[in-house]
Amino acid sequence: MALLQISEPGESAAPHEHRLAIGIDLGTTNSLVATVRSGMSVVLNDELGRPLLPSIVRYAEAGKVEVGYDAQAQQAADPRNTIVSVKRFMGRGLKDIEHIETMPYDFVDAEGMVKLNTVQGVKSPVEVSADVLRALRERAELSLGGALTGAVITVPAYFDDAQRQATKDAARLAGLNVLRLLNEPTAAAIAYGLDNAAEGIYAVYDLGGGTFDISILKLSKGVFQVLATGGDSALGGDDFDHRVFCWIIEQAKLSPLSHQDARLLQIRAREAKEYLTSHGEAPIVARLSTGEFVDLKLTTAIFTEITHTLVHKTLGPTRKALRDAGLSPDEITGVVMVGGATRMPQIQKAVEDFFGCEPLNNLDPDKVVALGAATQANLLAGNRAAGDDWLLLDVIPLSLGLETMGGLVEKVIPRNSTIPIARAQDFTTFKDGQTAMALHVVQGERELVSDCRSLARFELRGIPPMVAGAARIRVTFQVDADGLLSVNAREQISGHEAHIEVKPSYGLNDDEIAAMLKDSFTHASEDAFRRALREAQVEAQRLVEAVLSALQEDAQLLSRLERAHVDNCLAKLQGVLLGDDRRAIDAAMDALSKGTAEFAARRMNQSVQRALAGKKIEEMDQL
Amino acid sequence: MTVFDPHQDFFALFDVPRRQGLDVDRLESLYRDIQAKVHPDKHAHLSDTEQRMAMQMATRVNEAYLTLKDPLKRARYLLELSGHDVRLETNTAMPVEFLMAQMELREAVADAKDGGDIDALDALHRRLKKEIRAEYVTLQTALDAGNHARAGELVRQLMFQEKLLHEIGDAMEVLET
Repeated sequence: MALLQISEPGESAAPHEHRLAIGIDLGTTNSLVATVRSGMSVVLNDELGRPLLPSIVRYAEAGKVEVGYDAQAQQAADPRNTIVSVKRFMGRGLKDIEHIETMPYDFVDAEGMVKLNTVQGVKSPVEVSADVLRALRERAELSLGGALTGAVITVPAYFDDAQRQATKDAARLAGLNVLRLLNEPTAAAIAYGLDNAAEGIYAVYDLGGGTFDISILKLSKGVFQVLATGGDSALGGDDFDHRVFCWIIEQAKLSPLSHQDARLLQIRAREAKEYLTSHGEAPIVARLSTGEFVDLKLTTAIFTEITHTLVHKTLGPTRKALRDAGLSPDEITGVVMVGGATRMPQIQKAVEDFFGCEPLNNLDPDKVVALGAATQANLLAGNRAAGDDWLLLDVIPLSLGLETMGGLVEKVIPRNSTIPIARAQDFTTFKDGQTAMALHVVQGERELVSDCRSLARFELRGIPPMVAGAARIRVTFQVDADGLLSVNAREQISGHEAHIEVKPSYGLNDDEIAAMLKDSFTHASEDAFRRALREAQVEAQRLVEAVLSALQEDAQLLSRLERAHVDNCLAKLQGVLLGDDRRAIDAAMDALSKGTAEFAARRMNQSVQRALAGKKIEEMDQL
Repeated sequence: MTVFDPHQDFFALFDVPRRQGLDVDRLESLYRDIQAKVHPDKHAHLSDTEQRMAMQMATRVNEAYLTLKDPLKRARYLLELSGHDVRLETNTAMPVEFLMAQMELREAVADAKDGGDIDALDALHRRLKKEIRAEYVTLQTALDAGNHARAGELVRQLMFQEKLLHEIGDAMEVLET
């Protein structure tokens, strides 16, 4: 391998050293590849001049793999082997996927991530995504006439650690050197900002096929600083199609559909939605395998009505992101629209009404993400030109934390922290003589571990035995510029250490993240109640252990009758400890505390006496 | 490339005076200037070692900025630097008038929440925010006059108030959706 030449930061490489770098928008519905040519970011078309590659892969007989339009043409005929919207499965387990029963695939449950059984055997979402990426890589190599230095791949800003890892793995599998994972709205902001020499605070409203992202950025003197990001990953153009699909079934009074017929009507629904962008009404015509005939007209008025709640759903995360950034809608300089779904007139209107300004549509919403990614790729490959002096400061979308006693989450890095970031937090042992500590890394906004996404578990061993609460375990979270997490734990006294790169074995799905965020607000009061209960349980457990340990040491300080009373109180508390009656726990704790007050006083006296005795011996020794 | 000292305090990192009174706009501009120099993206074509170093520096600058731009985090950091233990977890003693006022406020918030009265929550949010703003002025005076005990007390109160403010925000969110 030839050695790369190193130049001073900020200096451009000589023209003949121009390295080939690409930006890829790996979308739910469509994917694109772009590059920087003579200082201009351009999308690379296929041999037929088409910029988009439908993110559809068909595994056919005899090892044949079709990607894009060819696969799309077969989707109604061969739904089981034709994988659409695979992005929804990235980094997710079977139980994470909603409406799985309506999907035509043969799912295989696998540890961490779901897999699909096709005529070519079992395929993971990472492999399917890799096939899409490989097609784009080949297109780029053919078009640019050489080997690529690397690629920037975009991901929804709301993707969690597992989904990011899965995307990175897919890119590697496709033979790409990943320069960076870049958030989609941020990529769009780069393309828009550099193109328009924009200054001020911008909102990027990104409604794609399967995900919704909203990012608030400050653009100033070439620095793109993300102030806050939010989203709803259970929301995208697909959901609008689905509403139309349901409307068709209802209007045409259809009987239960076969997989082929369902796929056909889903395609008709999407076509109708797209047609309405520039027409007042759309015809929907289809002949089903049952002989039933569908012949309907969808008007703009009906379409607006049946999708009203979906449009409204995007405004919640938008408000939240603004609040996180400490801004009100009128402080926004402009709103950049991204994603094919923002072509819908009702979306344009809702955004205009919310921000009180006309949305910016001067870049193709399908292409803007890929264009921005290409610009970033060019820069990271080392092709920085003079005057190309811009910088991107992005954030993590969801808080990262650790499980503490009682299933509660201690947030270590809050959401919207600028990356790269590291944060250390000290924890301690719960039991006397505890020599190991299990660390459970989670991502999400809720207070209870069970409501957040589990990212990884690991153990720190070899903690020297100490009394409970004496050990100092410093846990450090590090999030790199790709938004990927690694965790390090170190016992401060002994220096024992454990480290983990968080791997994508536990996928946190989009729906879950969005649902988790939503739930954390809807169930705020329920959370508070459950948190209080958990705290009481932890407190009670601690008390039980303290009393047991005291009894082991100094039982001789109690009379038989006194001992019986303490045992009775203990048994009562242990009986209610795991229940959900907080008052009963509180009452039993109260009784045990009172029942052991005298015992505690005697123990205290005894230890004071012993200390004094020791002191006296010391003094006598000195004589 | 400047030499990176991980033990340098955050104020020294930005070369601003070590005090609570701080021009946050200036801090932001300094932050962007420093990041523009140290960020790993600016060193993407250099060696792994240099990139790692850039990553460490960018990380430290981010941490410093997040700490200093927030008045409460800044105050806690100043107290920590001065070796004054705020004893946030154990010391819960607060003036009686303060506690009374907070309890009253909490009740008002609970009532507004139960009654679904978003306007009342909004008014309480604004009132509390105003109180907090005034408290930060007092905190700045106390800290910059070296009155650490008083500053510690104010920090504890502010943590209490900020938490309540956050809860009102969440409650409003629930009502909005």
